[in-house]
Amino acid sequence: MSTLSSATPAGDVKDSTAPPGATNPAGGAGATDPDGGTGAGFHGPSTGSGTGTRPALAAGEQLGSAAGERLVSATGVPVRPSAPRAAVRLLASELGLTFRKPRNIAMLIVLACVPVLLGVVLRVVGGDNDAPSLITQVAGNGLMLTFAAMTLLVELLLPLAVAVVAGDAIAGEAGGGTLRYLLTAPAGRTRLLAVKFANVSVFALVACSVVAAAALITGFALFPVGPVTLLSGSTISIADGLLRILIVTGYAAAGMAALGAVGLAVSTLTEVPIGAVAATVVGVVFSHVLSVIPQLEPVRPYLLTSWWSSFDGALRDPVATDVMTQGLLVFAAYTVICGSLAWARFSSRDITS
Amino acid sequence: MTMVTMGEGAHEAAPPRVAPETAPSSDCSIIARGLTKRFRGGQVAVDDLHLAVPRGSVFGFLGPNGSGKTTTIRMLLGLTQPTSGGCEVLGRPMPAGLADALPRVGALVEGPAFYPYLSGEANLRRYDAADPTSDPRTVTARVGAALDRVGLAAAAGKRYRAYSLGMRQRLAIAAALLGPRELLVLDEPTNGLDPQGTREVRSLIKDVAADGTTVFVSSHLLGEVEQMCTHVGVMRTGRLVAQGPIAELRAGHAPRVRVETPHTAQAASLLGRLGLTDVRTAMEEVTAELGDHTPEGICADLVADGVAVRGFAVVRPSLEEVFVGLTGEGFDVNA
Repeated sequence: MSTLSSATPAGDVKDSTAPPGATNPAGGAGATDPDGGTGAGFHGPSTGSGTGTRPALAAGEQLGSAAGERLVSATGVPVRPSAPRAAVRLLASELGLTFRKPRNIAMLIVLACVPVLLGVVLRVVGGDNDAPSLITQVAGNGLMLTFAAMTLLVELLLPLAVAVVAGDAIAGEAGGGTLRYLLTAPAGRTRLLAVKFANVSVFALVACSVVAAAALITGFALFPVGPVTLLSGSTISIADGLLRILIVTGYAAAGMAALGAVGLAVSTLTEVPIGAVAATVVGVVFSHVLSVIPQLEPVRPYLLTSWWSSFDGALRDPVATDVMTQGLLVFAAYTVICGSLAWARFSSRDITS
Repeated sequence: MTMVTMGEGAHEAAPPRVAPETAPSSDCSIIARGLTKRFRGGQVAVDDLHLAVPRGSVFGFLGPNGSGKTTTIRMLLGLTQPTSGGCEVLGRPMPAGLADALPRVGALVEGPAFYPYLSGEANLRRYDAADPTSDPRTVTARVGAALDRVGLAAAAGKRYRAYSLGMRQRLAIAAALLGPRELLVLDEPTNGLDPQGTREVRSLIKDVAADGTTVFVSSHLLGEVEQMCTHVGVMRTGRLVAQGPIAELRAGHAPRVRVETPHTAQAASLLGRLGLTDVRTAMEEVTAELGDHTPEGICADLVADGVAVRGFAVVRPSLEEVFVGLTGEGFDVNA
């Protein structure tokens, strides 16, 4: 069980990059440990109180000498992984947690179901051409289902999913007490925050991609697919249409990542993850409310929510890059501001959970 | 054992303190200088703490619940900022030198905390991934060795949610042993363990210390650490009231002879004539400081003098009695 080859975890991102000949002496010493210690740890084979500690001691001595060798080799041959590789390893660990969490998987499934449901409803009920909206266009072209689904979901359900992951990021670790062990590992506060944001961004991208993919599949299955007629009236090829879908997905993901930064900032303020999630979602709803009040029209460009559905610029010919660029700048601004707030709070905070 | 009463001079007899101000950093794994933590409400959790933990020692950090032990440990590990004063861990100032020091420190702070939906093994991998200096190529071996060492190898694949309290505590200790460590900081490591588990933790700590690793172990149970520590520090309401090698702490309190006899007056006068000091008489019992006398000689003299000796013992004060003298209250009482 303890040869070096078996010490290479299949799930670890960095093993593939390690040269096969790079036999780490520390690993060798560590790898021989388990055989010596098997069955002789806390639960020694003997149950008598007098002899119960003896096997543990013997095992401890073997392990101890191995630990000593490791120290020597660690000082003699520094085997410190590079900072970016270590960060990638932590991010991989984060992603593993995020995408293994049943709650997050359930949210992704719900997100995938909405376009399917939307497609089925339009297929069954559709054919009402009175209002030439994005949704009714779906009946004519399956590709339009992606845009319709994204437009529908980007306002509330996608933000909700992202808020759950972002709000949980720091507050969840603090509430569960795992934050103190991450920080004494030491994960590093700034580094941990950066990795958490990267994790939320990846989740946002995956969530948007899940919506797009589910909508594409449903669209292809239920509707005729052909050259796409854009909002501006001109027609583009299917390949070009798919490219536009990529742009839409990327833009929506950027908007959701910006919300992720907001959620992360809120998450550093509390040890109650549900509080951070709720506060972020309330913020989104509040922002939506503000944007429908006509008297507050001048405020609209400053609201994050106003820019989320601006990906319809990708449905014009040529692509309305000015609006989308401005949207991306707003997302970047929110990310920088909220990221700074999160950092300022988190780097100086007393961890008392 | 508990019959010895502390003299009024208990405080004066406290062991000589190591002066952290002058102690060279290279000889100490942990140094605190005037470490103070005042919470927002104005409550002072740790008050002007001067601490020196010699390299290679097993340092028992003792005090009742609420005496500031965990707050001190949180400051040592850079989790909270001291209000004033500072500390060094493995020669690095904290929290500035955290990235250098902490990879060489294994820590168990305020009980275990893990991801309930992950297995024990996956949990250890998670914490290992958080350490930027750990080598991912050896993680399987190191996790396996750590689990083995605490006797959790068989439960490695089980979800943490299904672990018992004792198993959780063991997993937390395994997490502290994930890499080669120069210092182990264990906050109440035997909480939730049965007597057998407690004994095993003690033996584990001895093994780790035998490798030259410094162990800083906090506890509110004296008997638990008395047997394994080389040094102790005693906290009382945020202040360190004593610290030093355990032998010195005990040395301030001389062994006494205790004679159980119905002839207390006769025994007391004989002990006085023999030159024993601090002779005290209680109900059917006489005690005195042993000094340079041999117990067997005293016993023979008593019998020769016609004293009916029902019991004879030499009592050395346990640490607990020393502590009661230092803290002036029962040990497990909330401060």
